[in-house]
Amino acid sequence: MAVGLTLIFGVMRVVNFAHGDMMVWGMYLAWLLATRAGIDPYVGFVVCAAALFVLGYLVQRVLVDRIVDAPHEMQILLMLGVALVLENSALVAFGPDPQRVRSPLRAATVWLGPVFVDVARLVTFALAMLLTLALYLFLTRTDLGRTMRAAADNLYGARVIGADVRRVYAVAFGIGAACVGAAGALVSPILPFQPAGGLGLSVASFNIVIIGGMGSLPGAFLGGLLVSVAESLGAVFLSPSMKELVSFSLLILILLVRPAGLFGRTVT
Amino acid sequence: MRWLALAALVLLLALPAWLDSYAISVFILIFFYAFLGQAWNILGGYAGQLSAGHAAFVGIGAYASALLSAQAGLTPWLGMLVGGTLSAGLGTLVGYLGFRFGLRGFYFVLLTVAFAEVCRIVTLNTDAVGGALGYYITFTGNPRQFQFQDNRAYYYIALGLMLIATGVVAAMERRRFGAFLIAIREDEQACEALGVNTFRYKMLAMVVSSFLTGVGGTFYAFYLFSLQPNSVFGIPLSVEIIIRPIVGGAGTVLGPILGSFILSPLAEASRIYLGQGGWSGAHLVAYGLLLIAVVLFLPRGAYPALRRLWLRSAAR
Repeated sequence: MAVGLTLIFGVMRVVNFAHGDMMVWGMYLAWLLATRAGIDPYVGFVVCAAALFVLGYLVQRVLVDRIVDAPHEMQILLMLGVALVLENSALVAFGPDPQRVRSPLRAATVWLGPVFVDVARLVTFALAMLLTLALYLFLTRTDLGRTMRAAADNLYGARVIGADVRRVYAVAFGIGAACVGAAGALVSPILPFQPAGGLGLSVASFNIVIIGGMGSLPGAFLGGLLVSVAESLGAVFLSPSMKELVSFSLLILILLVRPAGLFGRTVT
Repeated sequence: MRWLALAALVLLLALPAWLDSYAISVFILIFFYAFLGQAWNILGGYAGQLSAGHAAFVGIGAYASALLSAQAGLTPWLGMLVGGTLSAGLGTLVGYLGFRFGLRGFYFVLLTVAFAEVCRIVTLNTDAVGGALGYYITFTGNPRQFQFQDNRAYYYIALGLMLIATGVVAAMERRRFGAFLIAIREDEQACEALGVNTFRYKMLAMVVSSFLTGVGGTFYAFYLFSLQPNSVFGIPLSVEIIIRPIVGGAGTVLGPILGSFILSPLAEASRIYLGQGGWSGAHLVAYGLLLIAVVLFLPRGAYPALRRLWLRSAAR
């Protein structure tokens, strides 16, 4: 399950402090849709993705765009500000208690060979795979997707060939946010969530992206697998509350040993 | 300028005579956070190495002096230095790893956050120091145990801490050390090309900064009398530490103080008026908005902007 979810994380390249908090908002939107309008999160994730796309697009266009040329530190502080606003507005709006979305699929279970799996996990996994595939096709087959990769590869070159880099960035940020929103909605029936969970999710996604190597799709897949296995092992061998410790320690280790990731190209 | 500073100092020294206990506690917060901000300023403001995990140093200093006082009977007046030294030890480790492996910008921020979170989780799971229940200090009111009946004593200690840190920063700025740090912030490669041992100076900044922050931990412990891993090691405390110097003006001597005078009363007011009934996150939302606004419109902070206004009006 975690693999499918983390795949989506991995593809997003924008390193973004507000990442996990956006995901939490995705979860809460799904929760709102499910409780107020009675829409199942497996349908509602489209709405969540759309809403988060708008949010991401606006954040990039209104905020980040103004300081693209400013020192790196300024961007970090800016995203920290965005993360604070998102996390705590969720806290104000929804309160600190963990929530979980109820989905009818959650109750159903199937035997998959020798393993007993509930349908909700399967559907989440399948949809996550589908979304990832769609994203991959978008990035490699469409003009906008290609421009995006070009801008990431060589900003100057992209400008020379006449790409509207600002718009491309905004769309990329929007799509990234939309992926996170969709991911949030998809896991909302499986994982309980609360406003304070944003940071943990951000760290998990950094772990995966960094382990896998920035922008490498197979890397993201394997990175997701590695991180989730390590965390589960940590939970078994230490104690459930030490699970977080494993992911943070992993993060430190990766940062030091292999900042370019296991599968990424060397960053110059 | 010198007269102004002297007048402000005399005013602050005399102030407790007129203030009630609550107003004094607000001033204590102002001074204390200005002190922590000033300590962060050395590393984050001058050397440009953003640490988002300074809460770890507060936590270590706080737990160290509280445990030493309760278990070994060591007075916190000395425990303060032990706490500072332990924090500086952690600072050395984080700095050594971060700087030796050449982590810059975003990666360094992540490293500091990760270390602070590791400290938080370990403390949370160590029952010997109270674990998730937190650690409580018995109040005796004994000044030798850093405990006072009258919070005017805390007022003067916090003021003293702030002045010491400000003195350190002012002295540093005037020496080569400060100039090197600024040079590292502005262009590290050029600095290295000129033969400056940037690693050494960044390490030194880290050690001084973490030592001072660790000393602050003792004050935190013996002013609040309770230590909760989530609040003393948590990200929100790191944010509190960072935001004051940035709003006031990172990399300036008076920036953190100005920032604290602006923000601490604001935080206190929002806690009073918005703290009840489901609005507990409101002041952090306000911090986030403020951080965004400062980055966009006042990237160098309030102090340099005020100074420009002052100079312009003086020139006229």
